[in-house]
Amino acid sequence: MRKYIFKRIMYMILTLFIIATATFFLMKLMPGSPYANQAKMTADQRAIMDAQYGLNKPVYQQYFIYLIGILHGDFGTSFQFNNQPVSFLISSRIGPSMQIGAQAIILGTVLGILLGAIAAIRKNTWVDTLATFFAILGRSIPNFVFAVLLQFYLAFKLKIFPIALWDEGFRSSILPTIALSMAPLATTARFMRTEMVDVLNSDYIELARAKGNTPWQTVAKHALRNSLIPVITIIGPMAVDLMVGSMVVENIFSIPGIGDQFVKSITTNDYPTIMGLTLLYSFMLVVVILIVDILYGFIDPRIRLSGNEGSN
Amino acid sequence: MEKILEVKDLQIDFDTFAGSVKAIRNVDFHLNKGETLAIVGESGSGKSVTVRSIMGLLANNAQVTSGSIDFKGRDILKLSNREIEKIRGNDISMIFQDPMTSLDPTMPIGKQVAEPLLIHGSMSKKKAMARAEEVLELVGITNAKNRMKDYPHQFSGGQRQRIVIAIAIVNYPEILIADEPTTALDVTIQAQIIDLMKELQNKIETSIIFITHDLGVVAGIADRVAVMYAGKIIEYGSVDEIFYNPQHPYTWGLLNSMPTLDTDSDRLYAIPGTPPNLLNPPKGDAFAPRNPYAMAIDYEAMPPFFKISDTHYAATWLLHPDAPKTEPPVAIKKRQAEFQRLVAEGKINQPEYEEEGGVKDDAE
Ligand SMILES: Nc1ncnc2c1ncn2[C@@H]1O[C@H](COP(=O)(O)OP(=O)(O)OP(=O)(O)O)[C@@H](O)[C@H]1O
Ligand SMILES: [Mg+2]
Repeated sequence: MRKYIFKRIMYMILTLFIIATATFFLMKLMPGSPYANQAKMTADQRAIMDAQYGLNKPVYQQYFIYLIGILHGDFGTSFQFNNQPVSFLISSRIGPSMQIGAQAIILGTVLGILLGAIAAIRKNTWVDTLATFFAILGRSIPNFVFAVLLQFYLAFKLKIFPIALWDEGFRSSILPTIALSMAPLATTARFMRTEMVDVLNSDYIELARAKGNTPWQTVAKHALRNSLIPVITIIGPMAVDLMVGSMVVENIFSIPGIGDQFVKSITTNDYPTIMGLTLLYSFMLVVVILIVDILYGFIDPRIRLSGNEGSN
Repeated sequence: MEKILEVKDLQIDFDTFAGSVKAIRNVDFHLNKGETLAIVGESGSGKSVTVRSIMGLLANNAQVTSGSIDFKGRDILKLSNREIEKIRGNDISMIFQDPMTSLDPTMPIGKQVAEPLLIHGSMSKKKAMARAEEVLELVGITNAKNRMKDYPHQFSGGQRQRIVIAIAIVNYPEILIADEPTTALDVTIQAQIIDLMKELQNKIETSIIFITHDLGVVAGIADRVAVMYAGKIIEYGSVDEIFYNPQHPYTWGLLNSMPTLDTDSDRLYAIPGTPPNLLNPPKGDAFAPRNPYAMAIDYEAMPPFFKISDTHYAATWLLHPDAPKTEPPVAIKKRQAEFQRLVAEGKINQPEYEEEGGVKDDAE
């Protein structure tokens, strides 16, 4: 297992390197320039600005400077936002994003697992139909729609929660968390239901019943764990969805997070920040996938033990 | 002999889209204390449904339309879910067909074996684990102590079936139901599992219902045999009576399709035709269309059980006093001759055995 994790981390670093390289060159290929008032600039003014940001050097040199910078935790300087270092821009904004991201994925998967499990246990009853209906709704409605609806009804009309801004601590995070959790909730619920229906039809569940377990004991002791194993694999892709989704939702609730920053940076061609954020997203993604794989091995003995002991 | 279980007039239908499947049609049988009763019959004859009803593990679409299952003075069919859960895995337990899928892949086997103890007893976890280890040792898992924490995938098919058996016997059940416990295993392992079951039966003094479609397995383990066809028991008797003095043409067919030392191994007999559709079971003997000895009445009326001996009954019109004399197939005649010889030599204890033709109509 340790060897496996080491190997996975090596791959992770390689992946990040490739992503850093790819984003760098893609950015170079993008049309447009970081200067908002480009049309009014003279060639000289441009040259001065280019020199200041290091844009006058050959591309390969810029690339190496960039890579070496990354190794030192230096992602360059933002073209916008008062020329703050990208690393500062990100670190000052990552807190709120991580918080609502983590809250949303936990809320979404936990509720999704419950909903899916109940739908499977009460298969083909109204409970199942209702759960499926909500799952389809959660899956097909984009999260910014939920965001706007929640904002309008719960914050604007009923005034239960703050409308926007990140100034009431946890209370400020509730609506964005709910809006963001809808997609993972729906995905988990549907996946969980399918897995659980399968598991409940399996022979070992019948044996568990034959031992004298009540239906609920059977679910708690045998069905849940076995249904969860495949569900864990989709947490990775869902985390991606969440990161992407958080951009718009953060914007709607004016949360000073990295998603909000990303959107702003893209609209202003702020290359260093875009690259820094892309790397950050990639890093989080790769880490999430690694964690999920390790978790998977931990829950499923067939994977955990393979390699250590052969079957006999 | 003391009866430990008595099934009376059991009738089970399944609701399906196509209609009501009459899977079990008025089945009667009993299990004596300490004996092994084999239930044999082709696929779909209702063996599993019958024993599942004893465990209270019928599918959701099953309807028990009549009958009773008497166990220790109580009708299992009338028990609440709670009450039957107390019996399951405690007084009556079951071994399933496929050891590869019967164990929870994510739970260590020690815990799986200890589970029935923890469900039904007030035993401490530590004690239950110690007992589980003992039982695993008993069913032949070598070095059980060090294997308690291993998972099912670390065991072979034969070993897994031993573990499934350990789970079934850990509470010393009074009745052990084995639904084709050896079908999924290869022949040498089959024999080992059968030997194990016989050995365990002596050790823990349990009564066994052993289901199989392989008569070859039956000879080695059963005391009595019930033959099922299309949801009915059509003949039952001691293992010797069924093997050497079979009366129902379906039993003849089963015996003839069983490979033995003196049949040509390259030309194995198979009963022609297929079982009837149980959506609309025939009103007469369900076997009639496949039966070369069928008479007109076989299509008209269900044959009652005719008594051959105190322990041997068969439901075929051939045993009716007015039925024309028929010659069973040669191989069966050989078996019956062997039976006469064994009875004459006193090797088969058959005090009230009556000559053929002297059958009594056992009024229904
Ligand atoms: N849940 C169900 N719904 C509908 N029909 C069913 C159901 N369960 C069993 N049956 C039907 O009941 C009949 C008896 O089935 P059963 O499983 O008892 O056969 P079996 O004798 O055990 O056969 P096998 O040797 O293949 O295990 C079959 O015709 C089967 O199709
Ligand atoms: Mg069966």
